[in-house]
Amino acid sequence: MATKASRSAARLMMAPAVVLLLGWMLVPLIMTLIFSFKKYLPLRGGDLGWVGFDNYVRFVTSSAFWPAVQATLMIVGGVLAITVIFGVLLAMLLDQPMWGQGVVRILVIAPFFVMPTVSALVWKNMFMDPVNGVFAHLWKAFGAEPIQWLTQASLPSIIIIVAWQWLPFATLILLTAIQSLDGEQLEAAEMDGAPPLKRFWYIVLPHLGRAITVVVLIQTIFLLGIFAEIFVTTQGSFGTKTLTYLIFQRVLESQNVGLGSAGGVYAIILANIVAIFLMRIVGKNLDA
Amino acid sequence: MARAVTNQRKAINTAFAWAIGLLIFFPILWTILTSFKTEAEAIASPPYFLFFDWTLENYAVVQERSNYARYLWNSIVIAGGSTLLGVIIAVPAAWSMAFVPSKRTKDILMWMLSTKMLPAVGVLYPIYLIFIKMGLLDTKIGLVVVLMLINLPIIVWMLYTYFREIPGEILEAARIDGATLREEILYVLTPMAIPGIASTILLNVILAWNEAFWTLNLTAAKAGPLTAFIASYSSPEGLFYAKLSAASTMAIAPILILGWFSQKQLVRGLTFGAVK
Amino acid sequence: MFLRNALRAATALTLVTAATAQADTITIATVNNGDMIRMQGLTEEFTKATGHEVEWVTLEENVLRQRVTTDITTKGGQFDIMTIGMYETPIWAKNGWLVALDDLGDDYDVDDLLPAMRDGLSYDGTLYAAPFYGESSMIMYRTDLMEKAGLDMPEAPTWEFIRDAAVAMTDKENEVYGICLRGKAGWGENMAFLTAMSNSFGARWFDENWTAQFDSAAWKDTLTFYLDMMDRAGPPGASNNGFNENLSLFQQGKCGMWIDATVAASFVTNPNDSSVADKVGFALAPDTGKGKRGNWLWAWALGIPAGTDNEAAAKEFISWATSKAYIELVASKEGWANVPPGARTSLYENENYKDIPFAQMTLKSINSADPLNPSVDPVPYQGVQFVAIPEFAGIATEVGQEFSAALAGQQSADEALEKAQALTVDAMEAAGY
Repeated sequence: MATKASRSAARLMMAPAVVLLLGWMLVPLIMTLIFSFKKYLPLRGGDLGWVGFDNYVRFVTSSAFWPAVQATLMIVGGVLAITVIFGVLLAMLLDQPMWGQGVVRILVIAPFFVMPTVSALVWKNMFMDPVNGVFAHLWKAFGAEPIQWLTQASLPSIIIIVAWQWLPFATLILLTAIQSLDGEQLEAAEMDGAPPLKRFWYIVLPHLGRAITVVVLIQTIFLLGIFAEIFVTTQGSFGTKTLTYLIFQRVLESQNVGLGSAGGVYAIILANIVAIFLMRIVGKNLDA
Repeated sequence: MARAVTNQRKAINTAFAWAIGLLIFFPILWTILTSFKTEAEAIASPPYFLFFDWTLENYAVVQERSNYARYLWNSIVIAGGSTLLGVIIAVPAAWSMAFVPSKRTKDILMWMLSTKMLPAVGVLYPIYLIFIKMGLLDTKIGLVVVLMLINLPIIVWMLYTYFREIPGEILEAARIDGATLREEILYVLTPMAIPGIASTILLNVILAWNEAFWTLNLTAAKAGPLTAFIASYSSPEGLFYAKLSAASTMAIAPILILGWFSQKQLVRGLTFGAVK
Repeated sequence: MFLRNALRAATALTLVTAATAQADTITIATVNNGDMIRMQGLTEEFTKATGHEVEWVTLEENVLRQRVTTDITTKGGQFDIMTIGMYETPIWAKNGWLVALDDLGDDYDVDDLLPAMRDGLSYDGTLYAAPFYGESSMIMYRTDLMEKAGLDMPEAPTWEFIRDAAVAMTDKENEVYGICLRGKAGWGENMAFLTAMSNSFGARWFDENWTAQFDSAAWKDTLTFYLDMMDRAGPPGASNNGFNENLSLFQQGKCGMWIDATVAASFVTNPNDSSVADKVGFALAPDTGKGKRGNWLWAWALGIPAGTDNEAAAKEFISWATSKAYIELVASKEGWANVPPGARTSLYENENYKDIPFAQMTLKSINSADPLNPSVDPVPYQGVQFVAIPEFAGIATEVGQEFSAALAGQQSADEALEKAQALTVDAMEAAGY
């Protein structure tokens, strides 16, 4: 149905969005690329000339690099696993008939509305503090030694905080998907005597495939760049230094913009590797 | 669902769901409760749950120290403005992707999403320098533009998926009836897409409201939204749990209320094309 | 001729009056510490006196630092006054980014500033930031617990004594820990304490050729002593404790001794917040007999970025906020214990301030710190608990993370020092040393 005229009209209508995003991507990207090949130290007079690939070599050979990549992947993976698994369970629960469904739904969605800074502050001080936190009180009430969450279990603590924020998002999307599931199909399966686990595995889960893909994709994009949660809680100590945080340290704490920019280029590369990986594995789901 | 459900089963579901819902909501509830305690009560061991002397003194202290109304207004303008601007730019793009798809539509969508992967800290200096040149530092319009650009890919994608669900025949019928492109979008497409656009707006207002890196780093005294407000209450000297809770409650309350009133739209609309 | 001169004088005069009468709005970036929040509350007094309006940007310390550094290095011009410390001042002044504060008015009495503060906030002999309040570090201890342990705190104890006393005071059953020290990673957190401590052990960050010294015996002594003492007499979770956490532990009566900022003295002796307010004694930071004590020197100061449009009004504000009159203003409203300490000699000569129990020990601690000769051996840098070079904050935070991990038991002292040395060498190389 697309005529030549409507095609060019379509291009015209897409233009503003594409041009803006192209600018938003290219200008900083080009500046980052330029900086990354320079010795750029703002506190020592700024631009001190070209240095070739020095910054790239230095960034990768730093002892902090691979642990940072690892921490990044662990946080992304951990949060994805928790939000998808609990999201599916929660969505199925919320789909059941019950009293006060609307209120429960509100309670479950609420964390999504909380600013990351606020949620990190609240979790760090009022829950995970080993002396005055709610968890410490809880542990003491059962006669156990309180856990020093952000020291002894630093990575899991961060994963818990971030997963709490993103669980509502996953649940929402999965809930919409479950609600569109054909009830009769399930009923028929039930009458045929298929046990609940089988029904879940062969009917519900395949139906949710597409929704899970979307959850994983969108969350990955946001999770690769998480910053506030780490800045507020551990400041990168105890193995929680992600790639984003490492770049922050190089640019703002060490005031080495060249080195940080090289790190930024690596982060883009990592993000794209993850994206391609995702596309290959789950992307086909999207075309259906 | 037409299945008959026994009351017993319904009761079990209810109990279970409420328990989990309250557990997930507890950190927010606890923050709100703590905001009404005194600093000493806030760290008491064992902690008080409901039976303490409810006080508003923390809110008074916070209000006295910072001009909450201005931060709130800035948040509203920035989150609302960036979302509206984004939608205005995204609607035509999403329309053409949905109704005049080409081989490259998918690639363009993916590319748009990939622009979100550029780590913000890495480009702080370039953006800051550009903002100085253009005189946009500490202006609401500057933040509106930046947040719009950050969220534009999400907006385009969401709208695209909603538009795709609109049957093409209706548009064709309108076209045969002699509707122009503008009329087609305005009178046929838009009314059908209203629910989708509504949930797109909602989600993006939330995302923009909570954005804490650019809003902190590109503002000073004039354009700072609630994220900047919060940054003056985290970890000062001495006891601070109650005041922090009060400030936190003030920062999240507006968006929490908005979210609650519109949760039906969110639940119905947040699909990203995940549901077929 | 006469007429022309007269005209010129008249024009100049009108210009001057115009300048003074003009009401400006200045923007001030500051940290959310108690003294600054008090200053914010008194802004009206300043506006009443001068007509200038003030816009405050109050941020948590880490955010503030990130914010003002970005702005000053890019010449963003968002602030007319920035709250900075002894670390930033000489570095920024060297780059020509700060306005010299050599003309703060006739009644400012710049010679009244404590010499250590003035030195630390000057570059090449010129003052570039005016101290709002200053601090050193000292020992705050529980007199009752000390007595119970059968010990007597000397005015200037050694580290050995502190360790033995800490072990003797510890009663883990009742949640009383002999010593609380900073363990949270950060150049302004654990590294401020450990660098100051290392000075008294004869260690230094760099030798005269800017070679990192973490492989030296003196640093190993410092770190092992610290880890051993904290292991035997420190609180649980110490590796996440910074100033705030230790303050609240001490106020709850859980620490026997606490070595930290002198400004904490007014918090731990304030009966409203502290359960041990009447049982606190003070002593100089410990030494090892090598001639340096383990105390630091810091000031929160107000500086003006070069190129601001409101330089005159900004100077007026600074000379108001760091003046003797401001101290009296606070004293009249909040009492003498709450005035900003550690900046002016006259405060310590004031009859009203002499009764404050920690006043003299604060002054002695400040005076015993020497930012120009911080360590036993000569060093090429300025700063007691920091090194005033741009790279320091980044390096020290990473080193602090290694030491913090050692305190948490995740690695040994040797491993931590080895990593610290490697990353310092690497970062210094990147900076071109």
